[in-house]
Amino acid sequence: MKAYFSELFTGAWSLIVGMKVTLKALFSPVVTVQYPRQKIDVTPNYRGHIDLIKDPETGTHRCITCGSCMRDCPSDCIVVEGEKREGVKGKVLTLFTLDYTKCSHCGACVEVCPTDALDYCDDYEVAGSAREDFHYDLIKRVEERE
Amino acid sequence: METLNAFAPELIRMIIAVIGAAVLVFGNALVMGYMERKLAGHFQRRTGPMEVGFHGILQLIVDGIKLMAKQLVIPAKADKPLYMLAPIISFAPVFLPLLVIPFSDRIQGFDLDVALLFMLAIASVNVFAVLIGGWASNNKYSMFGAFRAVAQSIAYEIPMLLSLLAIVFMTNTFSLRGIMDAQNVWFIFLQPVAFLIYLVSMVAETNRAPFDLPEAESELTAGFHTEYSGMAFSLFMMAEYTNMFIASCIATVFFLGGTSGIPLPYFEYTGIIWFLLKAYMFMFFLVWIRWTFPRTRFDQLMNLCWKYLLPFSLVNLLITVVVVKL
Repeated sequence: MKAYFSELFTGAWSLIVGMKVTLKALFSPVVTVQYPRQKIDVTPNYRGHIDLIKDPETGTHRCITCGSCMRDCPSDCIVVEGEKREGVKGKVLTLFTLDYTKCSHCGACVEVCPTDALDYCDDYEVAGSAREDFHYDLIKRVEERE
Repeated sequence: METLNAFAPELIRMIIAVIGAAVLVFGNALVMGYMERKLAGHFQRRTGPMEVGFHGILQLIVDGIKLMAKQLVIPAKADKPLYMLAPIISFAPVFLPLLVIPFSDRIQGFDLDVALLFMLAIASVNVFAVLIGGWASNNKYSMFGAFRAVAQSIAYEIPMLLSLLAIVFMTNTFSLRGIMDAQNVWFIFLQPVAFLIYLVSMVAETNRAPFDLPEAESELTAGFHTEYSGMAFSLFMMAEYTNMFIASCIATVFFLGGTSGIPLPYFEYTGIIWFLLKAYMFMFFLVWIRWTFPRTRFDQLMNLCWKYLLPFSLVNLLITVVVVKL
């Protein structure tokens, strides 16, 4: 009989405590944002697809066309091409494409890069209507970025 | 004018009352649908509907148009006549209890001597509709939902009636107006146990969370209305919202003194403001607990009814009878 009543009262009390919690939530400020109209900054830990970093000193990428990323990529989704030019030391990068349809975000290319030319971008709106939409030309992307 | 005079004034009054009830049913479904979604959002620190109209105020109208335009899918092996009948049986009777509710001194369809019995009898028809809908869908989820709804409604009707009966003994009338007028002190203070019992039974009776076993999403997809689409589904939903409103109105009349409140000018009409305020307070409570408590297990639901609510309501009734007799 004692258990019957103690169960009733502890149960009722726990209900009141629970209702207090939700009532407090009701009058707390909203924590979500109205996404397409309102956007919040992406956390620096976010791993988007890879992108060439724009060096603030030279105003262009730091790629030396060594091809390590291309060789290391387990999915063969990176293509790097360069050519020798008169009066320029080393090779000049002419093509750097990423086939994002095959990329698995393993990050081997970012790890292996000797000049730290690659990094993950914070692009999260990457919907497309055709496969070709995900074949990124990273040189073009680095030039277009301000 | 002569044809108009040929009608009894009582008939004209009834026509106006029925139209008013219809407006109330649809208006309440709109307000409640919006309020529920908005409150659900804010209870979870989201915003709820925001896109259609100012803060999503037109969302329910848009949803209504969508539901009306949707195709009514009838499962191939369903019992077709019964399948179509169930939402109608659920929705059609919800107008009737609204006719006898005294919204204010002058706003009432008609004052029935057995209004309470009438309302509870009509409210029970909803169970019938749920059972028919669940059976006719020819779907195991619907069937289980219907079984649960019947077991639950039968169980919870008893403590609900017993708790209200305690008040009927005090006032000696089944008429809602009589009960409202008898309250010099609100009955919530004289009958707190009956109030709590009614509150719990009301949630179970309207099949709302945490007692929404008949439509438990996680176990039964949507319970008895799994197979219903478009307008058939929305008839069930509107019936549910109206039943919530009716249960809230009964609670207002029985425990919170109905229209009593700070006197306003033309109080015989403006009493409806206090009445609706109190009724919607109960509706808020229903939404509040829905977004607070997890769903109970079925045996717990039955235990709560038979082991707690029923003995308490019987003891409460006994004490009330003794005190009234003294």
